[in-house]
Amino acid sequence: MKKFFALLLVAVMAISLVACVGGTEEKGSVYWLNFKPESDEALQEIAKMYTDETGVEVKVVTAASGTYNERLTSEMDKGTDAPTIFVVGNAAAVEQWGDYCYDLTDTAVAKELSSDAYKLTDADGKLCSIGYCYECYGIIVNTKLLEKAGYAKDYIKNFETLKTVAEDVHARAAELGFDAFSATDMDDSSSWRFTGHLANLEYYYESVDDPAAWETCPAEIKGTYMDNYRALYDLMCVNSATPRGELATGGHDAANQFATETALFYVNGNWEWSGLSEKGMKAEDLSMIPYYCGVEGEEKAGLNCGTENYWAVNAKASEADIKATLEFMNWLVTDKEASEIAVGTFGVMPYKNAVASTNPFLGQSEAYANAGNYTMPWVTNFQPNVDQYRAALVAALNEYNGNPSDATWEKVETAFVAGWATQYAAANQ
Amino acid sequence: MEKTKKKKKKAQSYSSVNSKLLRRPIKRASWFFLLPMVAAFCVGFVWPFLQGLFLSFCKFKTTSDWKLIGFDNYIKAFADESFRYSFFYTALFAVVSVIFINVLAFVVAYALTQGIKGTNLFRTVFFMPNLIGGIVLGYIWSMIFDGILTAYGTSILMNSSWGFWGLIILMCWQQVGYMMIIYVAGLQAVPEDMIEAAKIDGASSAQTLFKITIPNVMPSITICMFLSLTNGFKLFDQNLALTGGLPYIINPDGTTVHTTEMLALNIYNTFYGQASTSRGVAQAKAVIFFILVACIGLVQLRSTRKKEVQQ
Repeated sequence: MKKFFALLLVAVMAISLVACVGGTEEKGSVYWLNFKPESDEALQEIAKMYTDETGVEVKVVTAASGTYNERLTSEMDKGTDAPTIFVVGNAAAVEQWGDYCYDLTDTAVAKELSSDAYKLTDADGKLCSIGYCYECYGIIVNTKLLEKAGYAKDYIKNFETLKTVAEDVHARAAELGFDAFSATDMDDSSSWRFTGHLANLEYYYESVDDPAAWETCPAEIKGTYMDNYRALYDLMCVNSATPRGELATGGHDAANQFATETALFYVNGNWEWSGLSEKGMKAEDLSMIPYYCGVEGEEKAGLNCGTENYWAVNAKASEADIKATLEFMNWLVTDKEASEIAVGTFGVMPYKNAVASTNPFLGQSEAYANAGNYTMPWVTNFQPNVDQYRAALVAALNEYNGNPSDATWEKVETAFVAGWATQYAAANQ
Repeated sequence: MEKTKKKKKKAQSYSSVNSKLLRRPIKRASWFFLLPMVAAFCVGFVWPFLQGLFLSFCKFKTTSDWKLIGFDNYIKAFADESFRYSFFYTALFAVVSVIFINVLAFVVAYALTQGIKGTNLFRTVFFMPNLIGGIVLGYIWSMIFDGILTAYGTSILMNSSWGFWGLIILMCWQQVGYMMIIYVAGLQAVPEDMIEAAKIDGASSAQTLFKITIPNVMPSITICMFLSLTNGFKLFDQNLALTGGLPYIINPDGTTVHTTEMLALNIYNTFYGQASTSRGVAQAKAVIFFILVACIGLVQLRSTRKKEVQQ
């Protein structure tokens, strides 16, 4: 009996040893640490498809919403089991993870990109990451309700007209059965729409005035367009289905308010389309308008387009894994069936051979561009120490919402402008 | 003669347990019995602790990719205004919560050892909040507080003293039941004859409580004080879920002070909030934090131990 056990133990040891050695086959494997929780299901399907087709193992793990950086930090410690594809979405991330990025110049997948707009390079010109989808945001309008309120579908052309509609609808909310703006909640699940997206208008117009300063992340900003930011923010908070005092707490589900037609406007982006269509909204009743904020010439504005979804390949992975990963990425952007699933979840992929987008908001952003309107790129991606910078902005806006006055707005400006310099210094020490 | 026989017999019965034949194999295998626990302790505590200590002297992005830089991190940690603020805030919180939790727990335990009807039911119900995790509790209570405060057009996130007292209420609700159980056990162990003797001597019930009962439950008080004090200092989940440090004071130079941020949350925010440049500083803060909690815990244990009476 004893002998039998001893033999058994030896056998187990031997097998595990062989398994250890055998694990790293020459084929290589792919491990994608995914950034978009809403895409998890589709990506798992794609992974399975690729494994079935080629036999190469593809693992997709999705980080919980809002914890990507934490997850990536711990996953990267795993040596040979570290992710081979990860997301490096902005200049700050390039600085942080640049050492881990494989140079994608001259790779087949990078050559498939349809535009140079979706490439992130480090200071030495190394191509660190490439965009796999892009997005646009603005103010989503329910045009059916707009007509019901007595305005033409394309009535809103600038801040003045937006203000007229919003104030009029808000005043007649009881009679119409819907209000102007859906909730502008400031809790974690929603505050980024205002501290990230809406803030983009300030950075963007500032960068138009002084393009040289904004080629890389500026150490400090001027806040020239803070009044415009305030005007639009106030318009959204005052003429809203949700009272201002309740915004700090959050939890009003703006998407639901919009989908159930209790609000005319919804501040968000093209990724909301699948959710809204699931709730029964039709593409012909929806449109997206730019952030009109009273800047001169804004009649020619387009939507805010850009992305934080950039693929990077782990340079510290084994050669076989890197090769397998690059092949997988190339397959994903060229294979018809695979890219169809990917475009279904991502909205659009900026690659020559990927299938075309079916997202109405992205279609609209193209229509704006084709009509000669200027597209507002995501200057927001420069925000230094983005989490802390935005958290301070949330705190200041909460105080302002609790007691809207010039004194409290001054604090918002401080968090916005001086906070930028402080966080830039902290991030670049 | 009789006596020595008895002694011999006793010695024999001892020796049967103490016999080398039985002892030796047990002794030899002692490491084998200890091993699982020691291994778990090393993997789960000693190793991460040493690694953390080492990393506090490094600049690093991931824990396997570091560069030694000496005491820089500690200098930066002490110079950080938000760290000092959260230290004093945490100390204040710990003191206030220790008083409230222990007084309430003792009162409840005292009431529930007086033989009122449904004692067991009450004890169970009071203990139950302790079974809910901190994050969940934080969100539940933020809903409760905000449910009331929204009626006045405001929120717990708008006022730092509401945040403070909110957290105290939450912690009391969670911890009172647990401490109550310890106090109940202590109260039940107070010798009946002592209380009876006091009664016969004509002591009032207040005198009995302060002169007999409390000195006798001093061991329970020691352990409860220790637990609630270190819990107060180490608090993280509830802090994160209830206020997350809001509201902030926005300084004119753009720096912020998170008015309801306690030490553990401050360390977490330093580690993850800033683009990897201050991870070493966060690690240094964590080491300082460990030394602090250990010292306070030990000092407190020693001082209350002195007041314990031998039964």
